[in-house]
Amino acid sequence: MLRLSIPVRQALSRLTLPVMLIVSLGLVLAGRADRHLGDTLRTGLDDALTPLYRAAAAPVAEVEQGRGAIGDWFRLHADNARLVAENDQLKRWRAVALALAAQNDALKSQLHFVPTPTPNFFAARVIADLGGLYARSVLVTIPRDAHDIVNAIAMDGSGVVGRVVQSGARSARVLLITDLNSRVPVAIGQHGARAIMEGQNSATPRLIYWAPGNPPREGQIVLTSAVGGVFPYGLPVGTVHYDGKNDPVVRPFAGMTRLRVLRLFEYDHQPGADVAAATP
Amino acid sequence: MEGVEFWRGLDRVARHALPAVSIAIVMILLAIPGLVPLQAGVRVGFVMASVYFWSLYRPAALPAPLVAVLGVLLDLLGASPLGLWAVLLLLEQAAMATIRRALVRRGFLMVWLVFAGFVAVLTAAEYAARAVLDLAMLPPAPILAQGIVTILIYPLLAVALIRAHRGAAAPEQA
Repeated sequence: MLRLSIPVRQALSRLTLPVMLIVSLGLVLAGRADRHLGDTLRTGLDDALTPLYRAAAAPVAEVEQGRGAIGDWFRLHADNARLVAENDQLKRWRAVALALAAQNDALKSQLHFVPTPTPNFFAARVIADLGGLYARSVLVTIPRDAHDIVNAIAMDGSGVVGRVVQSGARSARVLLITDLNSRVPVAIGQHGARAIMEGQNSATPRLIYWAPGNPPREGQIVLTSAVGGVFPYGLPVGTVHYDGKNDPVVRPFAGMTRLRVLRLFEYDHQPGADVAAATP
Repeated sequence: MEGVEFWRGLDRVARHALPAVSIAIVMILLAIPGLVPLQAGVRVGFVMASVYFWSLYRPAALPAPLVAVLGVLLDLLGASPLGLWAVLLLLEQAAMATIRRALVRRGFLMVWLVFAGFVAVLTAAEYAARAVLDLAMLPPAPILAQGIVTILIYPLLAVALIRAHRGAAAPEQA
C-alpha cells in the first residue's frame, strides 16, 4: 500500500466528498443527456438481481397464498357467502355468453370473417415492485430463451395491467397503466368512442381527449383501441367513473395493487417469424 | 499467529463493511412486492435515515464513494433520475460533517428534530430537482408522504442502529 504523510492523507480525505459530489452531478447530467444510459444500467441491475428477488419473494408468496395466511381464516365464512352469490350470478352470465358466442359464430360465418391470429403468450411471475415516488412499474421473470419482448401487453386475470418497456436476459419491466408516463389509446362504450387513458400516479387513470359532444358516461366499459399500433382492439381495461364533474377516470378491472402473476401477450410478434429470420 | 491475524483482519473488514452492506441489502429486500405499504417511500426514508445516523455517529463507516454508490443504487431501484440521490445523499453527508461536533453530544430528541429539518430540505430539493429534470409539475402528495414516513422511520431505525453501532459494526472490538 502507498504510504503518505499525515497532512497529505488528511487533504485527500477532505477532497473525496467534493470530488464524489462533482462526479454525481456529472452522472445526473449524463443521465439527462442520454436516456439510454439509465435504462441500460437499470436492465443490467434487474437481470443481476433477478435470482435474488426470486429467492426472497418465494417465502412472502408462501405466507400470502398458502396455509400461513391467518387473515384468510377469519374471512372464510364471509368469503364463502360472497363466492356462492357470485357463482350464481356467473352461471347466469355463462348462459348469456354461450348464447352470444353461438350468435357471434353464426354472424361471422355470414360475413366471411377472417379471424385475428392468436397472440403468443406466456405467464410471468411478478418478483419485484420497482415503483418509485412517481413511477409505477413491476419486474417480472421471463423464460431464458425469450427474444426481445418490448411492447408485449401485460394482463392479469381480469384486465390490462400495462406494457413491457424494458426486457433483459431473464427479467422484464412492465410499465403499469397507472404510471404518470403511461398513455393508452382506448375505446369507450358500445360505439367505441376514442379517448386516451393517462396514468396519474394514483389508482385510477384519467380519460383525456374524448369528444366534447360525447362525454364518457358513468359505468361505460373501457377497452383498448388499436390506434397507435401497440395495443390490439378490445382488451378489457375498466369502467368509467366520475370523481368530479368533467373529470372521468377509469376504474381498472385488474387488481393493480396486488399483482402476482401476469400474462404477457405478444401481438406484434408472429410465432414463425424467428424461424423465418434464422433460415437464410 | 498468522491465522489469528487473518481472522482478526476478516473481522475488521466485516465490521467496516456492515453499514453499507446492510443498507444495500435492506434496499433490495424492499423491492419484494406486498411487503409494506408505501414501499418506495420507506426505501428512500430508510437510506436517508441510515446515512444520517452513520455520518453522525461513525463517519468512517460510510466514506463518500460508498454513499455515492448507494445513491446510484437507490436511483436505479426506485426509477428516479440517475444520480439524483447520489447528489442528495452526499449533500446530506456534507451538511452533517459541518454540524457533527455540536450534535453528537445532544440527546435523542434534538437529533431527531435536526433529522426532520434535514428531511424537509432534502425532500424539497428532490421535488425541485425532479421538476426541473423532467420539465413537469409533479403532484406533491407522494413526496410529502415520503417525507413524513422518513421522519417516522428514524426512531424505529435508531434503536436497531444504536445496537449495531455499539456491537457488530464497531471496529475497535475486532
